[in-house]
Amino acid sequence: MFADLYQQIILEHYRHPQNVGVVDGSLQVRNEHPSCGDKVLLSVCVDGDTVREVRFLGEGCSISQASLSMMTEAVKGLSVDEVRGLYEKFREMLHGHEPDEDALGDMVSLQGVSRFPARVPCATLGWETLFRALALESHEDNPGQPCE
Amino acid sequence: MKAVADSLWKQVREDFPILAREVHGRPLVYLDNAATSLTPRPVLAAMNHYYEHANANVHRGLHTLSAEASEAFEQARDKVQRFIGARGRESVVFTRGATSALNLAARAWARPRLARGDVILVSELEHHANLVSWHIITKETGAKLRFIPLADDGTWRIDLLPELLQGPVKMVSVAHVSNVLGGINPVKEVIAQAHAVGAKVMIDAAQSVGHMPMDFQALDADFLAFSGHKMCGPTGIGVLCGKAELLDDMEPVEGGGDMIVHVGWEESTWNLLPYKFEAGTPPIAEAIGLGAACEFLGGIGLDRVRAHTQELTELAARTLDGMDGVHVYGPLVGRLGPVAFAVDGVHPHDVATLLDGEGIAVRAGHHCAQPLHTKLGASATARASFYITNQPEDVDRLVAGLQVVQEVFGVR
Repeated sequence: MFADLYQQIILEHYRHPQNVGVVDGSLQVRNEHPSCGDKVLLSVCVDGDTVREVRFLGEGCSISQASLSMMTEAVKGLSVDEVRGLYEKFREMLHGHEPDEDALGDMVSLQGVSRFPARVPCATLGWETLFRALALESHEDNPGQPCE
Repeated sequence: MKAVADSLWKQVREDFPILAREVHGRPLVYLDNAATSLTPRPVLAAMNHYYEHANANVHRGLHTLSAEASEAFEQARDKVQRFIGARGRESVVFTRGATSALNLAARAWARPRLARGDVILVSELEHHANLVSWHIITKETGAKLRFIPLADDGTWRIDLLPELLQGPVKMVSVAHVSNVLGGINPVKEVIAQAHAVGAKVMIDAAQSVGHMPMDFQALDADFLAFSGHKMCGPTGIGVLCGKAELLDDMEPVEGGGDMIVHVGWEESTWNLLPYKFEAGTPPIAEAIGLGAACEFLGGIGLDRVRAHTQELTELAARTLDGMDGVHVYGPLVGRLGPVAFAVDGVHPHDVATLLDGEGIAVRAGHHCAQPLHTKLGASATARASFYITNQPEDVDRLVAGLQVVQEVFGVR
């Protein structure tokens, strides 16, 4: 009945997540959804205004983990503003708007999540964490490490 | 005999209007009873009757409606008292639910009586309500928690009890039935041994009252906490039952209307039990609903309720554990209500979402028992929980639903 939520591409990312790991010397942010226990450790390298490297260690449902995997692929090389713009498009899709397929790529497969309000936070866990990391990054007390 | 039983449960199901609904085009199979049970017509009718005929505050007014409301409210207390075998009505304190009942006893009985180094014994399978309430107290008093460990099958290591009860153990507070593993815990044994060393015992009976016969006096616990909404009653009402001499010796936690005899400028005197602990306007309709739930379950017979629920629970546990790629946590026998399980290669949230698509309501997560899940080595589990509204066909639907889950994730 709900099988269409679980597009093959989501299951692919769930079984074989991309960019798994921790980048040495990077900025690291932990996040957890207390109600469901989904966890992530995101490590981010920003060079000037550009996201150079993002890796993650995660534990959770297929939606949260696939979304993390897709996000790490999508944001590498983008400027912080471009990351914001992309997330805006992703969020709009999760709230029922027609997706910008060109911009979102693989992430379009998560469109079905919009029908499951309780699962939207799963899809945004990685992004939430990324923005937390970027906020730290721009903070004077937490100067970002240059990328290796 | 089986035909008689089948017709009884068919009749019981007819009292639950919600069972007629469909979810995503499939007849609802409700397997989230451990979170909250469904509500039968007599309970809804009792609450409606209050609002439609006697909608007034209790214990205050001199007018007819208030008198009728007070009478219905106090009759509900009597029904609860009889239902759980409490000695007197003064032992039955209405609370917001099991959580506030546990917190009330922790705060009003334990906190003033605990000193640094004293021990509160709980078990490794406790719900957060019987854990975090103690974290607040240990932080304030310097007392510490000790845990009854679990054996591999999820039952208590009751053999370790004599050792665990050594030293300054002042309070033992444990679950009667685990909300995850479903095992019926040997609380009688714990109560006897705890009393022998002078400790008081509180039983978290959220998953047992209304699911099996309860006799508070025979059990000889000092406190018993439970919720209305897990036993066919409404949300927002629960009970702390306590031995009257202990309740009498406790100071109130909340002050306000109804809990006083006389109020002066500088001080007041407390009302008698149980009102001392019921400050403010109580959940009147909810208490009346809980009383009706006691009558409803009493009408079926608690032995029958237990037999039916346990049979279905154990059937489900056995059947799921026998499926390829499915594992059940906890004991396969001696189990009442909850069946927590894992499906290899599929996260519990995905299991729950896909089952919902099949019209089957289960819960996924840590079920307010995070430390237990750490012990189980799982950050989350899926949980199907059974009660009187369920039938053997529900287990078949669950199995078929899990096969869909396995197909979608390609793990079959």
